Amino acid sequence: MAEFWTSYLWPLLVVIGQSLLLLVLLLITIAYILLADRKIWAAVQIRRGPNVVGPWGLLQSFADLLKFVFKEPMIPSGANKGVFLLAPLVSCVLALAAWAVIPVNAGWVIADINVGVLYILAVSSLSVYGIIMAGWSSNSKYPFLAALRSAAQMVSYEVSIGFVIICVLLCVGSLNLTAVVEAQNTKWGLLGWYWLPLFPVFVIFYVSALAETNRPPFDLVEAESELVAGFMVEYASTPYLLFMLGEYVAITTMCAMGAILFLGGWLPPVPYAPFTWVPGIIWFMLKGFFMFFLFAMAKAIVPRYRYDQLMRLGWKVFLPLSLVMVVLVAGVLQFAGLAPQ
Amino acid sequence: MTLPDLFFYLYSGVCVAAATMVIVSRNPVHAVLFLILVFVNAAGLFMLMGAEFLAMILIIVYVGAVAVLFLFVIMMLDIDFKQLREGFFEYLPFGLLIGVIFLAELLLLAGGWVISPTLTKTITAPIPDNMGNTQALGMVLYTRYIHYFQISGLILLVAMIGAIVLTMRHRVSVKRQNIAAQNARNPATAMEVRKVASGQGLQDADAAEWVQ
Repeated sequence: MAEFWTSYLWPLLVVIGQSLLLLVLLLITIAYILLADRKIWAAVQIRRGPNVVGPWGLLQSFADLLKFVFKEPMIPSGANKGVFLLAPLVSCVLALAAWAVIPVNAGWVIADINVGVLYILAVSSLSVYGIIMAGWSSNSKYPFLAALRSAAQMVSYEVSIGFVIICVLLCVGSLNLTAVVEAQNTKWGLLGWYWLPLFPVFVIFYVSALAETNRPPFDLVEAESELVAGFMVEYASTPYLLFMLGEYVAITTMCAMGAILFLGGWLPPVPYAPFTWVPGIIWFMLKGFFMFFLFAMAKAIVPRYRYDQLMRLGWKVFLPLSLVMVVLVAGVLQFAGLAPQ
Repeated sequence: MTLPDLFFYLYSGVCVAAATMVIVSRNPVHAVLFLILVFVNAAGLFMLMGAEFLAMILIIVYVGAVAVLFLFVIMMLDIDFKQLREGFFEYLPFGLLIGVIFLAELLLLAGGWVISPTLTKTITAPIPDNMGNTQALGMVLYTRYIHYFQISGLILLVAMIGAIVLTMRHRVSVKRQNIAAQNARNPATAMEVRKVASGQGLQDADAAEWVQ
């Protein structure tokens, strides 16, 4: 019994505790990221944004949450009920699952697995299913068209994100996300992070991440002028909330990935005191918020792409460019003798 | 029973159940969704065997790309279920015959063969202790089997080009955007500035055309 407790039950309880802590912190962060998104958008357009609920509108997201939860969930009579209700769950759970391998500080990770990067790629490639299932099961024209669009968009941009990640992995020599951060730990501080030597790749990653998470200017999924509200037209109340949550969790995942792959994760920008006194998680969050600020600014200032332009950018510009970058990075590493052993 | 055993039975149980649902379910889209469940559980089984790289690649390639295309095609189909079930009894004997043949073959194979207990010792390139299986796979693939690897890559490339050649049709009537031409435009080539006299408007033929 004692052996059972120490080898199975206690580790299980620890993992559950860690997951719950991460989940709660993540959800609170998302509540404020949502508010920040609207506030930044408003500030660019010289508006005030949400400012009624709570001081400076700080409780707006929680008010929205309550509103969604207390409304009646509606299921269209022609819908395929099981798949219809499964779709939002799939998209939300898969988005949250990606956070299991993301290290927020040295050693602060739920599952420190060797193939962490591949796991993220796998989970994000699965998230297409939430959208396709929603579009198909709604049994209606607009959701179906939007689901096809969105699935094609996500599959296309996953390819270039994959090559971008390969570029970084070539420099690191490991698929472990903690190792990715440690590899950027040099005495040059922020000049040693990968955003500088791999700057073109960073730009490709940023734009592809916008497309991958269906953010403006690539939000063709819910282009309201053409498709009403995309694949979630038929959803209301809590199922809709789950889609929204899944979308924003995916955005935070992409921001965290950007922070880890290119901005040195939890490392301080200047590797000397007093910067090294600040806990790593603060640096990690600051970098994540910086990435999110870039996302939010793109939403505010860039007009929406047309669908054929989006596909052209993905397949004819980013794919060849990222392929060339893989060859270039591999060649430089090999012939300059910089390749990790 | 240890924890890995428990997970083995969970994954394989769901795998078999979902595989049964793939052939039993009436709605083809449901069948594909169950097929995806089979893939994911098979990836779980790979993971239990310590083949984490294969597990992730299975999910990325099969679930993330192949099954998406599959689902795309099946969703687009306009299926008439009545027509599908027509002639069920007509085809039943033939189907049963094929099923019985396959089952007999499988049983013969499973009953007549035993995996040699020394098989694991005959592995030609075992995973070294000091590296993960991703690295070990790369070491074998890019040194020992580099030619086979390159040849399979070439075959895939030819297949891809073949598929593109077979399906590409250049329709002339479709308006296409030429980004280079658009970017090459400048004020001199793109517009014309005219002085319009008050009360007279534009008189010449160009203007008349433009007004229309």
